[in-house]
Amino acid sequence: MDVPKTIVSSSPHLHARSSTASIMWDVSIALAPAALWGVYVFGLRALAVLLVSIASSVLVEYLLNRFSKESTLADGSAFLTGLLIGMNMPPDAAFAVPVIASAFAMFVVKWTFGGLGANWINPALAGRVFVFFSFTGLMNTYRLPRTLGSVDALGSASMLTEMKLAIGEGTVGQLSSAGILASLDYPFTSFAGSVSSWFQEVLGITLSPYTVDAFFGNISGCIGEVSAFLLLAGAAYLFIRKVITWQIPVTFLATFSLLAWIFGGVRNGLGLFQGDFVLQLFSGGMILGAFFMATDMVTSPTTSKGMLIFGAGIGFFAFLLRYFGSLPESVSLAIIVMNIFVPTIDRYILPKRFGEVIVEPKKKEAKA
Amino acid sequence: MMMTNPFSRESFHRVLTTKEYHGMERLPTFSKGGVHPDDKKALSNNQAIQRLPVPSELVLPLSQHLGAPASPLKQKGDMVVAGEKIGKASSFISADVHCPVNGTITDLRKVVLANSVVTDAFVITPDASNPLGEWPEQPYDALSPEELLAIVKDMGVVGTGGATFPTHVKLSVPKGRTVDALVVNGVECEPYLTADHRLMLEETERVLRGIMIVAKITGPKRIIIGVENNKKDAIAMLRQEIARLGFPITVMALRVKYPQGDEKQLLKATIKREIPSGKLPLDVGAVVLNVGTSFAIYEAVAMRKPLIDRVVTISGEAMKEKKNLRVLLGSKVADLIAFAGGLDHEPDKFISGGPMMGFAFHDDQIPVIKGTSGILALDKEPSAKAPTTPCISCGRCVAACPMGLQPTKLYRLIEHREYERAMAMNLMDCKECGCCSYSCPAHLPLVHGMKLGKRLGRK
Repeated sequence: MDVPKTIVSSSPHLHARSSTASIMWDVSIALAPAALWGVYVFGLRALAVLLVSIASSVLVEYLLNRFSKESTLADGSAFLTGLLIGMNMPPDAAFAVPVIASAFAMFVVKWTFGGLGANWINPALAGRVFVFFSFTGLMNTYRLPRTLGSVDALGSASMLTEMKLAIGEGTVGQLSSAGILASLDYPFTSFAGSVSSWFQEVLGITLSPYTVDAFFGNISGCIGEVSAFLLLAGAAYLFIRKVITWQIPVTFLATFSLLAWIFGGVRNGLGLFQGDFVLQLFSGGMILGAFFMATDMVTSPTTSKGMLIFGAGIGFFAFLLRYFGSLPESVSLAIIVMNIFVPTIDRYILPKRFGEVIVEPKKKEAKA
Repeated sequence: MMMTNPFSRESFHRVLTTKEYHGMERLPTFSKGGVHPDDKKALSNNQAIQRLPVPSELVLPLSQHLGAPASPLKQKGDMVVAGEKIGKASSFISADVHCPVNGTITDLRKVVLANSVVTDAFVITPDASNPLGEWPEQPYDALSPEELLAIVKDMGVVGTGGATFPTHVKLSVPKGRTVDALVVNGVECEPYLTADHRLMLEETERVLRGIMIVAKITGPKRIIIGVENNKKDAIAMLRQEIARLGFPITVMALRVKYPQGDEKQLLKATIKREIPSGKLPLDVGAVVLNVGTSFAIYEAVAMRKPLIDRVVTISGEAMKEKKNLRVLLGSKVADLIAFAGGLDHEPDKFISGGPMMGFAFHDDQIPVIKGTSGILALDKEPSAKAPTTPCISCGRCVAACPMGLQPTKLYRLIEHREYERAMAMNLMDCKECGCCSYSCPAHLPLVHGMKLGKRLGRK
């Protein structure tokens, strides 16, 4: 019988041509511009931190692979976790810190729970939070970006920490966030200054130069989180590639903005509906968290409705922690808190079945 | 490990195609789930229907339809004439089988079909000098709906879309029920397939007359033909002919989305009704019918010609020539491939039907049956399977499922042999359309799991 040697398998015989690896590498590609910006503004020291993080994550994964006799390096998840940990490090972190964070993420959070797909909190976030609470001082020491001052200006606190401290000391009364920063003589770039005045003169919109700087990445902070603009560009790439969906980031940022707008001004003594949420959105780990951490597939709900609840929950906790917590750290903790709720959400929030609603009424109609 | 280059031509193309689908016109479609595979219809949609010459031997199975196999009326050595009934419907849900040619029955033996069903089949050697029968058109206007239905049953007509449900059962509207809408399925949502498309273009009038016969049998208040918008020429042709003939039929252009050709999705897209879980179209006052079936009904009623041939698409990258062939039932796949110039190169897979729900087969001696809509020879590239990786709960299968199920959870339950719990999560609603497996980045064989779970869970 002259029969070609063809494959017999179950349908479907076509595939969307995506794979776990393509998703992981896509996310890494999307993060690259923001990471490179971090290297540009914070110097080669930042690059070293990124490389140490990635190398240690991949190495730990490799050693665990040796132990469990499998090969998962090519799926890109270890590289991505390392990159995210590096981007969440201050540029002057001691090299031991990203190594410890990577080891904790890959070994404790991911491997002990069963590897890729089985972890219940985001490994990179868990690693970051672990070292944040272990080395709080080290993790809270930032340097000013090249665009704001000399590269050697060490020991600067982030914008959020400065604000928090000022409010905590009670030295400010009835000032907006930008007002507080201005009263502290916090620096801003001349570019931001001119954008701000252009908005004021041409459009009649008050836009603080600090918001402009935060948007473009001229603020102190962790290596990869400073440039909201480049992170959003990366997120746009992920939307086009259909790696992430809108539900989680949009509900997260919308809930946070709404709460920050309504209640955010209260701690400054300004009353309701006075919160400057725009500055808050572009500072700290907000954009990085919303588009790259909260959307982690493994630790977010599978249903569309579940994702909306998950996103709104993160927004709520991020607001609580950022405004009323004792540390400026908020987004990573908020995401982890909601990660814990994911199994519950997935259990009770089910998609609407096709043809489920009209079963009963139709029957009654037929009888009547 | 497979890695997708995001800057490749394919990736770019995919973005453009998606944009096109969601383009300016917001055509109706079903709301939940669905996927957008590359339709590949350009390979064969400009090929006019050709007749396959009578093969030297036909293998005609007795089970070509959903339900009980027909019982044989002839035996080895008998002479048969074209159109003669040689298999009789053995229960209510069953269908008659007719001989496609004049000839001799040389054997009655077991064969394996593409879907792995083992059934009895007549082996028929056609008469060399005069193999084909003749069916002149005759008037049918005076026939009553009951007489029409009896003819449809007698001519062995079944749904030609692939599910092969006996048509007379579908058209038997129980007393007290009324049909609100007759929805004709011209969607052909499976990639590669163009048989229905060509039929709508070339046999427009007969398809429409077939629809009017069904309308006479079922008495619907309105008649709709749903056609996906990637067949604009067919839509225009149908509208033109409807206007010329003055039939009360509406043609609805639908947004391209798989699996719109499923009757549940089609009714949602056209008349905005959801068939309740476990129910039939008649429960929402609708009758759904394929254009290929309407054509078969026309031939059955106007020519008294039984269902003995059908249009089959020959396509796939590994096929030398792509064709749409009018083929006698029982013709072997090898004859079809040979007529299309043979294979261009060795394919990765042979598929009977479409690539989303069709069956992979390895034996080119299997026959064409009433439900065979296409024979495809696919390359490794489109059907490539990356190694499976663990589920990362991305939720793409949940988003893609048109039935609102959670394939990832069902698959996990089936893997752990928890069939009853899977049944409780509505496993039986799954119709194996393939959207979940298609979109799974971990390349898990989700549909395979569902099929297994359904089979083992029923016990």
